[in-house]
Amino acid sequence: MTRITVTVDGDTYTDDVEPRTLLVQYLRENLGKVGTVIGCDTSNCGACTVHLDGRSVKSCNVLAVQADGHEVTTIEGLATDGQLHPMQKAFHENHALQCGYCTPGMIMQAIDILKDHPDPSEQQIREGLEGNLCRCTGYHNIVKAVAAAAKAPGAELASSKVGE
Amino acid sequence: MIPTAFDYVAPESVADALAALADSDDAKVLAGGQSLLPILRMRLNAPDKVVDLGRIAELRGVREDGDAIVIGAMTSYVDLLADPLVAEHAALLKAAIETVADPQIRRRGTIGGALVHADPAGDVGAPVLALDGELVITGSAGERTVAAADFFEDLFTTAVGEDELLTAVRIPKHTGWGAAYEKFVRVAHQWSIVAVAATVRMEGDTIAEARVGLTNMGSTPLRATATEEALAGKQASAEAIAEACAKAADGTNPPSDLNGDGDYRKHLATVFTRRAVLAAAD
Amino acid sequence: MTVSPDALVEIAEESPQADLTEPSGAGPEIGNRRLRKEDQRLITGRTKWTDNIVLPGMLHLAMVRSPFAHAKITSIDTSGAQGLPNVVAVFTAADFPDGMGACANAWPITPEQVTPDHLPMIGERVACAGEIVAVVVARSAKEARDAAEQVDVDYEELPAVFDAMEAMKDEILAHPDKGTNKSAFWKLDSKEAGTGGDVDEAIAKARQDGVVIEREFRQQRLIPAFMEPRSTVVDPTGEQVTMWSATQIPHILRFLIAATTGMPESKVRVIAPDVGGGFGGKLQTTPEEFITLAVARRLGKPCKYTETRSESLISGHHGRDQYQKLTLAAEKDGTVTGLKVDLVANLGAYVAIVGGGVPVLGAWMFNSIYKFPAYQFNCQTVLTNTTWVDAYRGAGRPEATFGIERIMDELAAELGRDPLEVREQNWIKHEEFPFTSVAGMTYDSGNYEAATARAKELFGYDALRAEQAERRERKDPVQLGIGVSTFTEMCGLAPSRVLGSLAYGAGGWEHASIRMLPTGKVEVITGTSPHGQGHETAWSQIVADRLGVPFEDVEVLHGDTAVAYKGLDTYGSRSLVVGAEAVVRAADKVIEKAKGFAAHMLEASEDDLEFVGGRYGVKGTDKGVGLTDIALATFASHDYPEHLEPGIDADATFDPDNFSFPHGTHLCAMEVDTETGQSRMRSYVCVDDIGHIINPLIVEGQIHGGLVQGIAQALWEEAIFDENGTLVTGSFVDYTLPTAADTISFVTENTISPSTTNTLGAKGVGEAGTIASTPAVVNAIVDALRPMGIDDIVMPCTPQRVWKAIQTAGDHSGDVAAQAQPHFDEGAANADPGVTGEGNGQ
Ligand SMILES: Cc1cc2nc3c(=O)[nH]c(=O)nc-3n(C[C@H](O)[C@H](O)[C@H](O)COP(=O)(O)OP(=O)(O)OC[C@H]3O[C@@H](n4cnc5c(N)ncnc54)[C@H](O)[C@@H]3O)c2cc1C
Ligand code: FES
Ligand code: FES
Repeated sequence: MTRITVTVDGDTYTDDVEPRTLLVQYLRENLGKVGTVIGCDTSNCGACTVHLDGRSVKSCNVLAVQADGHEVTTIEGLATDGQLHPMQKAFHENHALQCGYCTPGMIMQAIDILKDHPDPSEQQIREGLEGNLCRCTGYHNIVKAVAAAAKAPGAELASSKVGE
Repeated sequence: MIPTAFDYVAPESVADALAALADSDDAKVLAGGQSLLPILRMRLNAPDKVVDLGRIAELRGVREDGDAIVIGAMTSYVDLLADPLVAEHAALLKAAIETVADPQIRRRGTIGGALVHADPAGDVGAPVLALDGELVITGSAGERTVAAADFFEDLFTTAVGEDELLTAVRIPKHTGWGAAYEKFVRVAHQWSIVAVAATVRMEGDTIAEARVGLTNMGSTPLRATATEEALAGKQASAEAIAEACAKAADGTNPPSDLNGDGDYRKHLATVFTRRAVLAAAD
Repeated sequence: MTVSPDALVEIAEESPQADLTEPSGAGPEIGNRRLRKEDQRLITGRTKWTDNIVLPGMLHLAMVRSPFAHAKITSIDTSGAQGLPNVVAVFTAADFPDGMGACANAWPITPEQVTPDHLPMIGERVACAGEIVAVVVARSAKEARDAAEQVDVDYEELPAVFDAMEAMKDEILAHPDKGTNKSAFWKLDSKEAGTGGDVDEAIAKARQDGVVIEREFRQQRLIPAFMEPRSTVVDPTGEQVTMWSATQIPHILRFLIAATTGMPESKVRVIAPDVGGGFGGKLQTTPEEFITLAVARRLGKPCKYTETRSESLISGHHGRDQYQKLTLAAEKDGTVTGLKVDLVANLGAYVAIVGGGVPVLGAWMFNSIYKFPAYQFNCQTVLTNTTWVDAYRGAGRPEATFGIERIMDELAAELGRDPLEVREQNWIKHEEFPFTSVAGMTYDSGNYEAATARAKELFGYDALRAEQAERRERKDPVQLGIGVSTFTEMCGLAPSRVLGSLAYGAGGWEHASIRMLPTGKVEVITGTSPHGQGHETAWSQIVADRLGVPFEDVEVLHGDTAVAYKGLDTYGSRSLVVGAEAVVRAADKVIEKAKGFAAHMLEASEDDLEFVGGRYGVKGTDKGVGLTDIALATFASHDYPEHLEPGIDADATFDPDNFSFPHGTHLCAMEVDTETGQSRMRSYVCVDDIGHIINPLIVEGQIHGGLVQGIAQALWEEAIFDENGTLVTGSFVDYTLPTAADTISFVTENTISPSTTNTLGAKGVGEAGTIASTPAVVNAIVDALRPMGIDDIVMPCTPQRVWKAIQTAGDHSGDVAAQAQPHFDEGAANADPGVTGEGNGQ
């Protein structure tokens, strides 16, 4: 067991974890943050995407011990005071989700895109999402949603509680 | 899926990391983890100890050293992409790294991890080889430097020994060289089926020098030496380039797999070498 | 129905955009782009996936699976796992002498069908890789996994057969005890059925003085690859055993648990919480569900099993996998006179829940929108030592649509004519509906002219043809191809009598009930079981209009057999046209029941009442009472007429008397790089006619998603087994799903020919995009290459296949067909070479 201290969605947790615990398992099993989901075992699908110190990573491909001393933002930490994050709103308004399983990862990655490309082209959006698989939407409306969110103020301020 | 259990250490210096490695028969070095963790999760490997290099500050960053730039092994892809020294002196490396995996993986993955992992389909080996890079390896006996040409020994096998670390990558400056990396995949999240790293130094309309590295055309990254020689001193015309690039696959023995058989890869290598050289010379 | 095409062209894009903030109730809800009710929980990460469920004392299961495709189990040693920390139990089949239920085949397509028993856990002989031979139960998932690796199983490998054509030879048997690999043969002949003429005569005649086109096509094997891995939680404590499962079919699952385990149905409750996609892949009762149930009951503790992606890809059922041989007869002027279809369909190791029936659905679809007079459909299903095969989005109809739409292009090419023109010459004209097809189906409505005209306009068909000619002229290394697909499909499964005549094990009806709550809110309970389709939103729109209540006041409940106590679930694009029709009928019953109360409350005669905008009013006066007031009055029930019961809740079961027949015209432009063989999509336009549209936003989403799945079949996806029966595309590294970077934005519109088989005038849309797009893409690639003498590329049209076809064509054009096609008689699969290299992983 290794002791770690991690700030997740603004709250700080200290836990003893087995070193082999993946960050996504720590979030889901230790912290009950089941909003972040697992879609594969090869780190191809992006469903588990969270922000580590404000930028996107696949939480199935990071050990919980590697997050020691760092800040994590999950889909559950995006909405503040009952207000949806602009990217969540854009996904809703553009029907960018069907079953919604890919959605937490998609939204976290979409926010990350806007940090590099505040006014992204369709190509930049599509390439920015190449690590996230969706089987329902055909991506059309996801791309639309990201473009729409880019026009909304504050969409790139990913992690509401992470000071950058 | 979850890896088998292991002990974990996160030393803060190279010396401590080497000591931790020496201390165990079956330790694994963890860099960005983007290749190692999938392997552990699939239980293709079960080390008893994982030595995380993530807290060793001296292994990160890019600096100038005379006529070369020196890249710390733990420098991540995104940091390399944002680095002005890399953009100026090793444009080919930047072009190749832009195509690696996806944004999330590029955030964590490191140049050192990619090189030591030595997947023949990986995109980092060919540009480092084409740029005549040198790899700095550190062990208990001290540091040694290995030319890229001698670094890659076989599939997933490099000159880095069991208890050694790759600590830095030295790239001779290729300031002002045109560069292009042509990567061929069927879907965006795939590894290279074939890729070509080409960089050229132009003198007017003439290609003064050319370097061409091939990805996934054999068990290690390769240089297309026949093409490089044929290009040197040639006018950068479409015909001359095409003729020189027709030799790109000479002497290679590419794999056959789900994405293509060897003959097809050889053909692709000539097409993409031509396209990469044309783009680099543009 | 005779309406001019123009009159029917109503464009979904023009539908009014709903304003979120505007209170509803003002205008009709149906037709609004209502934003989905179900989104809130999904975009905030606060939803309930099965794997999120944690129960007190819950145990975790890990499966031990066979790596071999066909093998005898000679011994299983579980001792290495037994003593490990927190391992509670290890079970093999021997621990359940009375069995643990079975994965049933609900649709034996013939009485003689060979149907091997499909047991959840295998004790003697595994018939495909991935079958479960032992299960480890531990206090955590990781401890269960660790222990599972210590279970030692010895196998004696048996000869195995993988390819359907190989299996046809009956040399190696997938199930030696069955004596044959042939499961069933099913035939439809228009002459015998009295729905048309003699196809052999038509072909013989065409050989003399017409045109005969013969083609063999391969429907490669696909994997549904829903994003949420399957997961099951069973709580055996309490009176009823509760199972949560990531399934499309909670009701059917409950029934089959009772039917195959002997548990009283009333003691089983099945809940499908939010389910992360299905596409047919979760239309199954699975070994994992039965095992989790059996283990939880044995141990008396809640148990959870969640599969990994790799387990999902090998053990969840696959789709497609057919060899098709088509013979099309036509006159020289292009009039089609007959079609003969021979199919060999690979069922995998077992006949899955509707596995045998899926290819048979093609019987009514190969003739598609065309009205030729003679037709024959022959389907042979075969067993192999591969993962079982069953419904995958479209189920039988994409396969058929591919065959007919590919061969219509070949006919056009043979005649040197425009492919749309030849189609139009043969399709049913809009004034000819209702039309009974040569396969015996009655298409109620449609307008192929209108959809095609609009699609051509949006696509810029003529300009693209001009560019194509120009690129051909200048021998551009990147050639342009235009692909056409004019499809129809039958969906809205299904009239129960029709299913009965096909020996299907259940009906095709759907159920709904409506509870009028005293506070004015409305609960709609539907027997459909959505997993991304937005039923909560669409059903609310329908009920809001019907009952005249605000959209926000309607709550839709589903997917829990204790709440939605009757239902047949969601598949086959049935939910709207069958399920929502039941909702409409329940609503009408509520209105009817409320009438007596209204008359009583208003002291008026029922004859003087009219129901408008949610209120019963007395004609000619301003006196009236709202439905919600009536609901409140029945809650108190202090004063009501004696002949009435105190309540206006109602339920309805709707059994359709026909399928619905959406159709559409899809046009696709592909750029083919002849140097590398790489194909890139340039543009894609589709105009679908799905009748009246409840919610255009949801419809567009269904189309987009369907399109990409169909395009992926054409270009990227294939499940490939190597010579040992190992699934070499067994992870997301090698099973190449497309990403956003591989796809484009689509142009989608609608024409509207209302369906006449339901009150809503709606047709199913869930599968349309998938059914139509695959042939459009392949036709485009072939169109690009046809001047080189290429007339087919086997799917998926990988760059290597395209490149090789070009090389061979260059050498000796004419032989290309032989190169690029499967050989029906010899059974060569024309697959890419197996993995010989290292196989790049990470
Ligand atoms: C979905 C996915 C897609 C990918 N696609 C691509 C792609 O298209 N192209 C591509 O090139 N790569 C791709 N990768 C791999 C990625 O580039 C990896 O990051 C990289 O190969 C390894 O770098 P790392 O820092 O993560 O190393 P790790 O995974 O931490 O380590 C890799 C190996 O190197 C050893 N090692 C690492 N650093 C050192 C060191 N300094 N000294 C000694 N040994 C060391 C480790 O012990 C391990 O064996 C992909 C990965 C994934 C998960
Ligand atoms: S679960 Fe992390 S990428 Fe698929
Ligand atoms: S919405 Fe279902 S996977 Fe993306």
